[in-house]
Amino acid sequence: MENFDVIIVGGGPAGLSAAISAANAGMKTVVIERGDYPGTKNVMGGILYTKATDMVVPEFWKEAPLERPIIEQRIAMLSGNEAIMAGYRDPAWGVEPYNAHSIMRVKFDRWLAEQAEKAGVMIITETLVEDLLYQNNNVVGVRTGRAEGDLGAKVVILAEGVNNFLAVKAGLAKPLKPASVAVTVKEIIALPKEKIEDRFCLEEGQGATIELYGDSTAGLMGVGFIYTNKDSISIGVGAILEPMIRNNWTPNDLLENLKAKPYVKRLLQGGETKEYLAHLIPEGGYHQVPKLHRQGVLVIGDTAMLMNSLNREGSNLAMISGKIAGEVAAQSIKSGDVSDQAMTVYETRLKDSFVLKDLHHYRHMASFFEDNPHLLKVYPKMLSKAAKMYLTADGVPKKARQKEIIKMAFEHRSIAGFVKDIYGAWRALL
Amino acid sequence: MHFVVCLKQVPDTSEVRIDPITNTLMREGVPSIINPYDAHGLEEAIRLKAKVGGKVTIVSMGPPQAKEALKKAMSFGADRAILLSDRAFGGSDSLATAYIISSALQKIHETEPIDLVFAGKEAIDGDTAQTGPGIAQRLGFPQLTYAIRVKELTDTTVTVERKTESGRQVVQAQLPALLTVEKELNDLSYATLPNMMKAAAYEPEVWNFSSLPFDITQMGLKGSPTSVARIFAPPGRSGGEIMDGMKDPKGTAASIVQKIFQQNIIMVHPLSKGGKH
Repeated sequence: MENFDVIIVGGGPAGLSAAISAANAGMKTVVIERGDYPGTKNVMGGILYTKATDMVVPEFWKEAPLERPIIEQRIAMLSGNEAIMAGYRDPAWGVEPYNAHSIMRVKFDRWLAEQAEKAGVMIITETLVEDLLYQNNNVVGVRTGRAEGDLGAKVVILAEGVNNFLAVKAGLAKPLKPASVAVTVKEIIALPKEKIEDRFCLEEGQGATIELYGDSTAGLMGVGFIYTNKDSISIGVGAILEPMIRNNWTPNDLLENLKAKPYVKRLLQGGETKEYLAHLIPEGGYHQVPKLHRQGVLVIGDTAMLMNSLNREGSNLAMISGKIAGEVAAQSIKSGDVSDQAMTVYETRLKDSFVLKDLHHYRHMASFFEDNPHLLKVYPKMLSKAAKMYLTADGVPKKARQKEIIKMAFEHRSIAGFVKDIYGAWRALL
Repeated sequence: MHFVVCLKQVPDTSEVRIDPITNTLMREGVPSIINPYDAHGLEEAIRLKAKVGGKVTIVSMGPPQAKEALKKAMSFGADRAILLSDRAFGGSDSLATAYIISSALQKIHETEPIDLVFAGKEAIDGDTAQTGPGIAQRLGFPQLTYAIRVKELTDTTVTVERKTESGRQVVQAQLPALLTVEKELNDLSYATLPNMMKAAAYEPEVWNFSSLPFDITQMGLKGSPTSVARIFAPPGRSGGEIMDGMKDPKGTAASIVQKIFQQNIIMVHPLSKGGKH
């Protein structure tokens, strides 16, 4: 049996970031990935944040396969055929140091794996890790599905993604529940560059994103999104699995529902669907973050439920957790102590970083929306009605119209209801 | 024994489409794989090595990216991999390719005598089935094509069962020899983890034009007497004929039998005594 310092299970952004930081600290490191190569099994909406990635591979934008730098983020709230929009645009986001890029994971993750190999990491593909290896209740390596498939390690880092089989087997995490996981589907629709730039008012090479709330998910707790790639558009929608089942929606029906919306249809017109992808997203939030460590084991990325869906951040949390885990693994190995106690440094450092701070900050959010399903139904309707009344020129004096709007709003929700919603939102989001 | 496996990296033809307007292959984004027939040749070489001992050397010709296929091939338990890669080799047809690969095999043969060469019966991207036989011819090795089973391997001979159009044949050749193989030859095994790791750390050797005393006039587009004039998608199949079986089942059955014999789908064996049909 060959021995490594660090074995990383899974070649996504979390695992590869952990591998790079462990190898940079001089550790003999291997990543075991089940796909043909890192990237083939990996799916996300498609936005990569610059800051976190830069911390893993400095100035990655000079070489990495990226689609478009995002210079505009729009939010749209859909209600039937109506839409209310807001957004922010800054061309400065289109040049260094950037804020975010759209990417294709199949290309980007493969590139990131090449950077790991350059740092000295061995990458074993098409191989499934089936279990951890124990000796006197100490984790000493992994067992893979291949013949002669045992590998020894001082520290195993679990970056197996949202499907947390090993973390569950090791008693660190609980099996996923339909209420704490979202299912997201997306299509990649090919369109000529010029059409994309015209439709989204972009200069050559620039990119934009739109997040769609309200009827984009047919009132389910979730969000739709449209991201511009080089010569395609990603459109997707995700919602928590449990209400989706309860309301008899399939993810594909949700996506077709979104694609048919008047606000969306024209953006996609004439495009050809090239790819269809689906993925689970861990939405458990702070209260469902599993045990992040034990003797000889660290848990990172989606497996650790590190996901801030409100700000559409996940890969950056994954990469930072990976980077920290790689460093902590190396420190512990060098000091000869990989006990659970030594591993707590990882959790402490995550708590000191934005990763767990953001999750903690939004810790009431999941239950807030869960307990108040009317929010996603009442408010989009009320707001578009208000906008329509205000913007329709029909001879009604504005003062009278404003009174009508206020009256209409209170027909949708009582004063007590408003106070409760505002207090709830303040508690959950601010 | 020294086994040499000739192996080609090909686009996964199940994912290649032909542009209906320009009639060119749309290769963008199409994954590359080891030519499936070659994989069975490799498998057999690895199995024979396990049985009689020795060494497995893999030889491939292609662009630098073909290293990936060689690394993957190494994970099945081969010992050495050589990639023949040079701009001068580009555009070679099967004749020129056989020249280049046989030259490399000749060089290998001089230092480590070869006993048995494996090649796939054909590559799935060209389907010519010419390169393997071309290599054997140039090396002066006997060639046993379309092998479906290696029945016996001695120090001096190899006996194989081969597929022919009318049945099967068992043939024997003196070593060194070259086999071109069918997929029926064996079932592919999974690589062991230690071999996967060996392969991940392995860097294939690259031989270029100056590695050997090559004759430039026998390679590339200029050294290739054949060329691809045009690629086109075959016309789609027309729908089959549907006959109504409800109205007159007997009559329909009779006309089906008649059609089957008219179109020679089933023939009456000449030795049968004019049996009824």
